[in-house]
Amino acid sequence: MNRRILCLLLCMSLLLVAGCGQGPGSTDGEKAAEPYKIGAIVDISGPAASLGEPERDTLRMLADELNARGGIDGRPVDLIILDNKSLETEAVLAAKRLIDQGVLAIIGCSASGTSLAIVDTVQKANVPQISMAASALIVEPVTDRQWVFKTAQSDIMVANKIAAYLAANGMKNVAFLSMNNAFGDSGRVNFEKAAPIHGVNIIAKEKFEATDKDMTSQLTKVRTTKPEAVVVWAIPPSAAIITKNFKDLGLGVPLIQTHGIGNQAFLDLSGDAANGVVAPMGKLVVAEQLPDSDPQKALLLEYITAFEKSYGTRPSTFGGHAHDAFNLVVHAITEAGADRAAIRDVLEHTTGLVGISGVFNLSPQDHNGLGEDSMVVIQIKDGKWQLLE
Amino acid sequence: MASAKSRYWIALILVVVCVPLFVKSNYVLSILIVIGLYAIIVQGLGLLMGYAGQVSFGQAAFYGLGAYTAAILATKCDWPPVLCVLVAPFLPALVALIIGRPILRLREHYLVLATLGFGILAFAAFNESIALTGGPSGLTGIPYLSIGPLVLDNDRSYYYVVWGVLGLVILAVANLTGSPIGRAFKAIHASEQAAQSAGIDTALLKLQAFVFSAFLAGLAGGLYAFWVTFVGPSPFGFTASIEFVLMAVVGGLGTLWGPVLGSAIIVGLAEFLRWGVPILLPKVGGEFEIVFFGIIFVLIMLLRPQGILAPGRPSGMSGVAVKEEKCSG
Repeated sequence: MNRRILCLLLCMSLLLVAGCGQGPGSTDGEKAAEPYKIGAIVDISGPAASLGEPERDTLRMLADELNARGGIDGRPVDLIILDNKSLETEAVLAAKRLIDQGVLAIIGCSASGTSLAIVDTVQKANVPQISMAASALIVEPVTDRQWVFKTAQSDIMVANKIAAYLAANGMKNVAFLSMNNAFGDSGRVNFEKAAPIHGVNIIAKEKFEATDKDMTSQLTKVRTTKPEAVVVWAIPPSAAIITKNFKDLGLGVPLIQTHGIGNQAFLDLSGDAANGVVAPMGKLVVAEQLPDSDPQKALLLEYITAFEKSYGTRPSTFGGHAHDAFNLVVHAITEAGADRAAIRDVLEHTTGLVGISGVFNLSPQDHNGLGEDSMVVIQIKDGKWQLLE
Repeated sequence: MASAKSRYWIALILVVVCVPLFVKSNYVLSILIVIGLYAIIVQGLGLLMGYAGQVSFGQAAFYGLGAYTAAILATKCDWPPVLCVLVAPFLPALVALIIGRPILRLREHYLVLATLGFGILAFAAFNESIALTGGPSGLTGIPYLSIGPLVLDNDRSYYYVVWGVLGLVILAVANLTGSPIGRAFKAIHASEQAAQSAGIDTALLKLQAFVFSAFLAGLAGGLYAFWVTFVGPSPFGFTASIEFVLMAVVGGLGTLWGPVLGSAIIVGLAEFLRWGVPILLPKVGGEFEIVFFGIIFVLIMLLRPQGILAPGRPSGMSGVAVKEEKCSG
């Protein structure tokens, strides 16, 4: 009995010693060669891995490039990337670890849930956080989120873009179909807000499950209301299935989708049926077709070339969010030096910074800073993305 | 003996109380908080598995139910946080009471499957009831735990709360296992038929253990919600349930301190791997820790199947515990 308790005590103290060993202590020190420490918490494994992996690759690539160029004003950047396994508790622990290590800012996380989980931690520790996730809740209300910024476009922007496109093309009565999950639901809520502003009526609403293999019944129901266009808020494979059903039924009206179809999987799965589909999207997929006057074009092409050289594939939109987060942090450190509060102030007043997802114009009221010009409307022609003027 | 025992208790309490005086790192304190939270859950699970002999792969669901109950009461009904933490365990306990009767009629693999199914159902419910739980985006705006003017908004004070609660739980479990009910639990574990023929209401006792374990998981959930001040579904998935079972088995079933040691080992190891593996094997992908947990599980089964803290020589009941663990694990 006694021995057992002693043993337990021993184990506990060992654990503590092990934990303390690398814990605090290394926070300050402003020597010339001292690297700038930047933390990143990325959903590298778990359900959000498809977002996190390109983000990690992009961050690594950018940090290597920066250090090869001599870092920031001669000081190298020490980028610490941690995996949170798409788990919220792990994200909180990772954030505290990074803060103890004295990072100047935290990039992350990849998904809305993990990003929200660390908001309280960074707010309390007064460390700037730049999330790469979509939910507007991450940065709103700004009064409670002074230290939190994000680089991905919010859903309301996509909804506005679609509604504006419909109005401009004289399609007043539309049908709306969405996936029955967080993505589709957020889309539905935002589209219901955006449509009336542009004078668009939603005359039919249908939902389908993410696992459904056929949406013919929903589309048949929608057809009876005679819409002038059909809007679908989904990601592949559902988005591809409904595109095929749509073609088979021959509805004969335009099919509008969202940024959710912005990957090769959608084109592969829907084949010929995808031709003619219209969707708002980040500019990365059509970088080559942008007019030379577009402020983002040069950066987009540079990113695509660099990523293809390092990893052999074309980068995804998610990698773009990481690219922007990293550049925002580097920009802020260049201006402010190794001071968290000064970095936050610089971030909040950054304007005209050209990124992959758009041109960032941050302000004390807007911690995302992307306008609707950050997205373009594209159409699929012959199985390829085409910029629609 | 009694005085020696109380001396150890005092020493132990002193260690727990003094830790924050020496540890200045919020990261280390956070790890200790997580260990404390998990130890509360694993205490309940340890009682269920080690004494009553029933395996549950649904503890993460009760943990989540507690967290969501506390979070929803605090954000949507504006209840005072302390009341939320106190009320939170009762919903999981009630759910356990309702599903317990039919589920506990099942044995071994079937019981495992039923609790596993319940865990997955609850996880789907957390994700889908968007109006209530916020769905995959979770619930934000949870206030800090406050007792009167005292607001527990830092890791140091929260560490004391969690370990204080854990201390009370350990005390309760110690008293319970020493009582006639505890001995009846052990009898069920040894042989359900024999216990039944000795006049023990085995169905009722198993149900009580199940409800108690759900209550403790819910308690930890409520504490979790006010620590992170954000609740999303990801900590309450199937993997978490497996980890709780792993903690219980590694620490030692049927022991008082096994759950604490088990949680400390698994949480500590996961944190160590997060740092160690990328340094040693930079190219390795995400899910490496599953491999390490698997190796630990196999080693424990081979070398100390009764768990680290359980008595070395299988005697009496723990001998049976070993056998049952093997077939359910």
